Amino acid sequence: MDAASIHSRLREKFADRVTSVEEAVKDPFAVVEAAAIVDICRFLRDEADLGFDVLSNQSGVDYKAEGYIEVVYHLYSYPHRHYAILKARVPRDAARIPTVEGVWKAANWLEREIFDLLGVHFIDHSDLRRLLMPEDWVGHPLRKDFVEPAEYHGISTSRESLLR
Amino acid sequence: MSVAGFEVEVDRGGLETEEMTLNMGPQHPSTHGVLRFVVKADGEVMRRAIPDVGYLHRSIEKISEKVGYHGFMPYTDRVDYVAAMFCNQGWGMVTEKLADIEVPKRGEYCRVIAAELNRIASHLLSVGTMILDIGAITPFFHAFREREKINDLLEELCGARLTYNYMRIGGVAWDLPPGYEAKVLGFLDQMEPMLEEHYSLVADNTLFRGRCADVATIPAAQAIAYNLVGPNLRASGVRYDVRRDEPYSVYPELEFDVPVGTGIAGKVGDSFDRYWVRVLEIRESMKILRQCFRQIPDGPVVTKVPRKLKPPAGDAYIRVESARGDMGWYAVSDGSDFPYRCKVRTGSFAAMSIVEDLSPGLMLADLVTVIASLDIVAPEVDR
Repeated sequence: MDAASIHSRLREKFADRVTSVEEAVKDPFAVVEAAAIVDICRFLRDEADLGFDVLSNQSGVDYKAEGYIEVVYHLYSYPHRHYAILKARVPRDAARIPTVEGVWKAANWLEREIFDLLGVHFIDHSDLRRLLMPEDWVGHPLRKDFVEPAEYHGISTSRESLLR
Repeated sequence: MSVAGFEVEVDRGGLETEEMTLNMGPQHPSTHGVLRFVVKADGEVMRRAIPDVGYLHRSIEKISEKVGYHGFMPYTDRVDYVAAMFCNQGWGMVTEKLADIEVPKRGEYCRVIAAELNRIASHLLSVGTMILDIGAITPFFHAFREREKINDLLEELCGARLTYNYMRIGGVAWDLPPGYEAKVLGFLDQMEPMLEEHYSLVADNTLFRGRCADVATIPAAQAIAYNLVGPNLRASGVRYDVRRDEPYSVYPELEFDVPVGTGIAGKVGDSFDRYWVRVLEIRESMKILRQCFRQIPDGPVVTKVPRKLKPPAGDAYIRVESARGDMGWYAVSDGSDFPYRCKVRTGSFAAMSIVEDLSPGLMLADLVTVIASLDIVAPEVDR
């Protein structure tokens, strides 16, 4: 199925919870409401002709100028060999979105990473804690306004330039 | 209590027992890189093995935002230094998709030659260290002897043994050196009997089979739910390979099979299948290499690309079939010559996440087999 057909199936079922679609680009995507993400993902996985059984990638992108963090879902279907891309936007200062861990187990660690590096809270996640950074790290490094702390446990994060 | 198929009656004779919490790593001879597990064990049998990752996190994704499209290429080697050519290729492909750059045919063939040589080297390392972790020392040296020859070949190609930085946006850095075809084909010819020797030494060995067969069987549905990719997915019976099913580069012109696990030692999707699929893939890569040298055309190897490459604003996602499975590269451009965001989703990341759910009921020694058979490398998990 091509992107336009997938988007029209989504629009048919979810009406205005699909905020917009963009099809004139190399990777067509649909922007959806953050609160509806679990229902939409479950629909995409369980419908026989859509069959998106794998969450190929889930990443967060910090659009600081626009004031939101976008969580991008790249879905793929092994039976039908087609793609779908969903984007959900959450405000930077209240970044909360339901987890899709119940739909694809792969989301567990992918969401932990987005929480760790971008500070997006995934509602109802079974184990939302930092993955890559140490447990006592403060701040979310991939955010555009992240300022590196001057030291961590007494170790300075900068050093004098060795070049003279 | 059931342990790996045996019914074990444990007579504690009135002794008080309690669960132990053990630490495995981050420095450990059998974890593949800097990985740490907190293992809750009841004697020899594990209740849970909780991974603790992040020891090798180098914020490579954030660095891409600071060094630009061209400058990021050497950093991609470090995403998976065991199979670095695929990382180079992935970054090249996603930038080429963003900026509509076409790689010349000869450049694509050079990419595939380098990549398939690297796939053989990576599988040799994976198979060799799996055997070493299980306890056999000699086959490890056999595998690494062949891998050293590949490292020498790749050093002749691009100057480095492990972190190649061979590919560029728009192609590859240099053409194949003169006499390269003879050297590579000569290497393949002498390696075929070595592989046969390896099979008889390792794959038919009862001890090795006993350690691997029926250990941590992953059914296909679970593998797909966790987004296991590459040899791990194919061992569970799902015949999917990005090179065959979403072809890129010159793979449509090449003929090769996609081996899947058939449960030859135990169940489909057990550790032996994951090992066996890698061994079979080495053979397929050798086939691909021979075809590449027959079919490679003349011409330039790289397209001219501006020094300050400014792809139009937008995003792109590509997948490249790395040695560890499909590696997804997602790049967002804001129209400037620095990427706005770069995300790498690697095969080992998902493989690491499934270990916790496979661990209940396995023995401590099986944890080593599981990590090795899933071919987890720490740089891919942490980036």
